[in-house]
Amino acid sequence: MSKSAFAAAFIFATTGLAFAGPGHDDLPAEVKARHGLMANYALNLGVLGDMAKGKTDYNAEVAAVAAANLAAFAKTDQSLLWPADTDTMSIEGTRALPKIWDDRADFDAKEADMAKAAEMVAGVAGTDLAALQGAMGGVGGACSACHKLYREPK
Amino acid sequence: MLKRAITAVALGGAGVAWWVTAPTYLSHAAETALMTAEPDTVLGEQVFWAAGCASCHVAPATEESDAPILSGGQAFTSDFGTFYAPNISPSSEGIGGWTLLEFANAVQSGVSPDGAHYYPAFPYTAYAKAKPEDIAALYAFMQTLPADATASRPHEVGFPFNIRRSLGGWKFLFGTPDAPDLTASSPSIERGTYLAEALSHCTECHTERNALGGLDTSRWLGGAANPNGKGRIPNITPASLEWSEIDLMAYFTTGLTPDYDSAGGHMASVVQNLARLPETDRQAVVDYLKALPPVADSTP
Repeated sequence: MSKSAFAAAFIFATTGLAFAGPGHDDLPAEVKARHGLMANYALNLGVLGDMAKGKTDYNAEVAAVAAANLAAFAKTDQSLLWPADTDTMSIEGTRALPKIWDDRADFDAKEADMAKAAEMVAGVAGTDLAALQGAMGGVGGACSACHKLYREPK
Repeated sequence: MLKRAITAVALGGAGVAWWVTAPTYLSHAAETALMTAEPDTVLGEQVFWAAGCASCHVAPATEESDAPILSGGQAFTSDFGTFYAPNISPSSEGIGGWTLLEFANAVQSGVSPDGAHYYPAFPYTAYAKAKPEDIAALYAFMQTLPADATASRPHEVGFPFNIRRSLGGWKFLFGTPDAPDLTASSPSIERGTYLAEALSHCTECHTERNALGGLDTSRWLGGAANPNGKGRIPNITPASLEWSEIDLMAYFTTGLTPDYDSAGGHMASVVQNLARLPETDRQAVVDYLKALPPVADSTP
């Protein structure tokens, strides 16, 4: 193989790799942070939801902590989490649909709804079990409202 | 002589095909029951949410409010083409001016007021099992919703599926899918069966289809490919769905899964609809799911 043919093949192979995009291990920091945020939602919702279901005993102090965490996470300014070209069409390892960027105002409004619903839970989680149970539907609905439109199905 | 015989057979065949593909309407008994039922809008509202009408017929990316505007426009991709949910609001572009019997034949027989077959993207094979009093109540409730003048968008369907008459053949082959018999029974399981099979039409997405779009009823609710995109729609028979009754009730009420992910895509709409029903109805659907014959996961 001549040097130039080798160079052409090498360039082709490496650009091919570049086009393959990052794998799960080398996701952009913003995407990792999104996944981390969702994991924190799930952890705190899990504490609350398991109490609401009766899987674990209701504990007002623990419920108050989990709900305060949930509200704090939901209230963070998430504008840095969603840079361009981090959708399902651009990279592997995300389920964030391009529609997020097409309807950004609606997406942001749904994030704000999530923050409101989490605030509601935080307001009542430490009161009693019935109050907590009553607030779970709102926060679950806020999760689903966004996942309905903006997350790719598994 | 032979020629004439062949012609006769061919004409006979064409005659049978024409007869088979003709629209079939509700029976006289069903129409009588509809006409004598109460126009109960409170019941109709429950039927409306259980049947999930708004989930497909509100405009794209629109919330399903308490009095939704059913202007249509959402796209449903399939192997046969792209279907657009039509306007079904009570306006001249929708169901305004339809009689109860025209409405019932549309919903339960899949036949339009001017005698054309509807595509089975509209789940009339499920609604066919609904009680006349529920359909009459649904009709009454839908008249109370806001009218919208948006024109329905034509479907984008290629040959030969664009020949509406051919849908008569589809209905002949697949129009009355047989759900499995459940071994266990109770009033709640019976109610759950009615909700799941006649109104909420779970099987439309959760059961695999053959090449012609007919349901593989031997694999009832055993999971299916997702016609609208990536991934598989899960098996929800006891062979695969290991969620407890408590987990299922929480999911149908809040949309949160046992590991605190949430429902997404169309299932998020289904959960929103179920959350509007009485708790006993959600429990009935849970009892139905638990009583289903198990279907092993297929390897797609």
